[in-house]
Amino acid sequence: MPEALEGSQAIARAVALCRPHVVSAYPITPQTHIVENISKLVADGKLECEFVSVESEFSAASVALGAAAAGSRAYTASSSQGILLMSEVLYDIAGLRIPLVLTCANRAVSAPLSIWNDHQDSMAVRDAGWIQLYCMSNQEAVDTTIQAYRIAERTELPVMVCVDGFTLTHTLEPIDIPDQAQVDGYLPPFKFARALDPMNPMSIGTLVAPEYFTEVREVHHRALLKSVDEIESAARDWAELSGRDTAGLLEVYGSPDARVGMIAIGSAVGTLLDAMDRYPELGPVKLIRLRCFRPFPFEALKAACAGLSEVVVLERAFSPGSGGIVATEVRAALSELPEMPRVHGYAMGLGGRDIPLETYGRALEVVGREPPERFAVLDLRPEQIPAEEL
Amino acid sequence: MSEISIPVSKLRKKQPRFQGIDSGHRACPGCGAALTARLVTEASGPDVMLANATGCLEVFTTPWPESAWRVPWMHSVFENAAAIAAGMESAMKAQGKNTKVIALGGDGGTFDIGFQCLSGMLERGHNVLYVCYDNEAYMNTGVQRSSSTPHAAMTTTSPPGKERMGKRHLKKDIVAIVAAHHIPYAATASVAYPSDVRKKVRRAMAVDGPTFLHIHAPCPLGWGHDGARSIEIARLAVETGMFPLIELERGGLADVMPIRNPRPVTDYLKPQQRFRHLFKDDVRAREELEHLQAIADHNIEVYGLRGERPDALDTEAADTAHRGGMRWA
Repeated sequence: MPEALEGSQAIARAVALCRPHVVSAYPITPQTHIVENISKLVADGKLECEFVSVESEFSAASVALGAAAAGSRAYTASSSQGILLMSEVLYDIAGLRIPLVLTCANRAVSAPLSIWNDHQDSMAVRDAGWIQLYCMSNQEAVDTTIQAYRIAERTELPVMVCVDGFTLTHTLEPIDIPDQAQVDGYLPPFKFARALDPMNPMSIGTLVAPEYFTEVREVHHRALLKSVDEIESAARDWAELSGRDTAGLLEVYGSPDARVGMIAIGSAVGTLLDAMDRYPELGPVKLIRLRCFRPFPFEALKAACAGLSEVVVLERAFSPGSGGIVATEVRAALSELPEMPRVHGYAMGLGGRDIPLETYGRALEVVGREPPERFAVLDLRPEQIPAEEL
Repeated sequence: MSEISIPVSKLRKKQPRFQGIDSGHRACPGCGAALTARLVTEASGPDVMLANATGCLEVFTTPWPESAWRVPWMHSVFENAAAIAAGMESAMKAQGKNTKVIALGGDGGTFDIGFQCLSGMLERGHNVLYVCYDNEAYMNTGVQRSSSTPHAAMTTTSPPGKERMGKRHLKKDIVAIVAAHHIPYAATASVAYPSDVRKKVRRAMAVDGPTFLHIHAPCPLGWGHDGARSIEIARLAVETGMFPLIELERGGLADVMPIRNPRPVTDYLKPQQRFRHLFKDDVRAREELEHLQAIADHNIEVYGLRGERPDALDTEAADTAHRGGMRWA
C-alpha cells in the first residue's frame, strides 16, 4: 500500500526496518531530513537504537566504524563537505572490511559553495573501496537501503547508497514501505565474524609492512569485483519478495536494437526516460542506467553496449583538467569490445542546475560528430562567463 | 626490617595478574608508552575493548601479522580514537554488554589532531576511559613539537638557534580543558608511580561515564636520556612540580599527590638532551630556566602541592588509608 512520503522520510523508515543498533550523524543539507526522521522514530519508540549526535561527520563515520567493528549494525548519512570530511575514515572502513551502510544525499562540493545536487561528493570518494549504488527514485532508495545491508554483511564491504539531494531527498512520492516481517525474512540479524570481543581478542587495523600491503589491497579489489554477484542476487531476491522490479548492476530501457546509446546515473535517468517518450522523432535510443558504479560493472555494460555505434555519457560531476569520470570508465570498458562504439562525454546538472526534458535532444545532437566529443558541459551558459575566461 | 607474615604465594595473588599487552613488542627500552599500556590494562582487566590512535603505541604493538595485545584492540586513523571508542561503547550499550571501552592516544592524537573527537566524546557522556600517554612530542614521526611539548624544549620542529630557544609556546593544559566538560573523573598520573596509575585506572573504570587519564610517559629517544633512567626522570617531573599529579571530580580539584620538598627544575631538565641548550652560558637560556622554574612554582601554588601531609607513598594501602577506607576498591 503506497504512502505519500518525502524521500528522506522513506529512507529513514527503510533504515529503521533494517534494525540498526547504532546510528550516528551530523546535520548537513540535504541529508539532514534523513537523520531527523530517524531520531524521531527513536524518540517515538518505533526504533530501538543508540542514536549518537556527533560533533562532525568525521566522528559520524568513526562512531559507525567503531560500532560495526564491535558487532553492531551501524548506519550513517551525509552529503558533500560531510562526505569529504569523512573521506579519511571512509577509506579506513573499506580497508578494514567493515560492513556498514551510508546514505549519500548527493550535493555539489565547495568552492563555490552550493547546497544543491550533483555527484561530485560521492565521485570524489569512488576510490575509497566502497560499493556505490545510485538510485533513480525514492522507491528504489528504500529498496536499495535494505539490499545494501545484505550486500554489505555478506561481502564485508561498506555500501554507499547515493540519492540525489533535493531531487529525491526532498520530494514527496507514493512509496511502498515494506513490512517488518518481509525485511526480517530478507535480512538476518547482523553477525560479524571479526567483531571485537573480550572472549576472543583480536587486533584490527594493524601496521602492514610492504611485504603484505600489496596483497591486502589485491584482496580488497577482488572482493569488490566479486561483489557484483551479491549485488545482483540481492536485487533478484528482493524483487521476488517485494514484488517490485529492482535493478541490479544496471538497467536498460528503450529500443533494444538501437544503434545509439545513452548512459546516465541517478534521478536524471527518470527525466531522460520521460524525454524519450516525449520525443520519439529523435529516433531509437538505448538508455542505460548505471545503478552500480563501484564495482564498475564491466561485463554487464559491455553486454548492454554490444551493437551500439555511438554512446553519449551524461554525468553530474567531472574531474577538472581531465573531463568526465563516468565517461572515462565507460570508454575503458567499451574498448574491450571487438567494435568499440564512439563515446561522447558530457557533464550536466552541476550544482543543482535543472535538467529539463530538452536535455535529451541536445545530448543527441552530438551523434555522428567527428571527432567524438571527449568532454564538454552540456548545459553551459557561455554568456555568463567573462570573455577573458573563455 | 619486620618479617613478612603473609606467605609469598598469597602475596602474589594480591599482585595484578592480568596482562593486556604481552612482551615481545617493538618499543624502545625505557618506553613510557609501553609502560602506560601495561599498567592500564593490568588494572582494567580483560573485559575491555581498546581504541588506539595512530602513534608509537599502535605501531610497535601490531606489526602485522603479530600483535602484542591480549584484549580486543582496534586502530582506525590518527584523530578518531575517541570517536571509535564512542562507537564501540554505543554498540556495547545496544547489545546490553558491560565491556568497558578504553581509548588510547599519544599527546599528538589527544591534544592536537584528536582534540575535537575527544571533546565530542566527553560532551556526549560516553562510558569511555580515555588514556593519553603524554611523551610531549610527535615521537612516531621523529620528535616534532606538539601542543603538549613543554616550553623551551627542543624538538625537530622547535630547534634552538640564534633566534629561538626551543618551543616558544606553553604546554597546553589539557586536563583543565577536559575537566571543563564536567566529566565525573579526570586525573594526571606518571609511569614513575605505577600503583598510583593502577589506582586511578580502577577509579576511572568504576565510573559510568567519560573519564580521562593523562599519563606522563618518558620517551628516551625524543627526550634524549638513557632508557634506564626513564622512571627516575618521570619522577623528577613530579618532584619538581613540572608535572603535577592531580585528580578532578566534576571539574573540581579532588586530590593531589603532595611534594614535601620540591626540587629545582634543573634537576629534571639537566639529564635530558632536549633541554641542553638551556644550560649554555647564554642570557636567554638563564631566562628560560627562570621561566620554567616559574611554571613549576605556579603549578605547586595553584594545585597546593606543597604537602603538609607526608609524601604519598606509592602503594595501594597508603592511598586507601589516606582516603579513609576502601572507598574506591
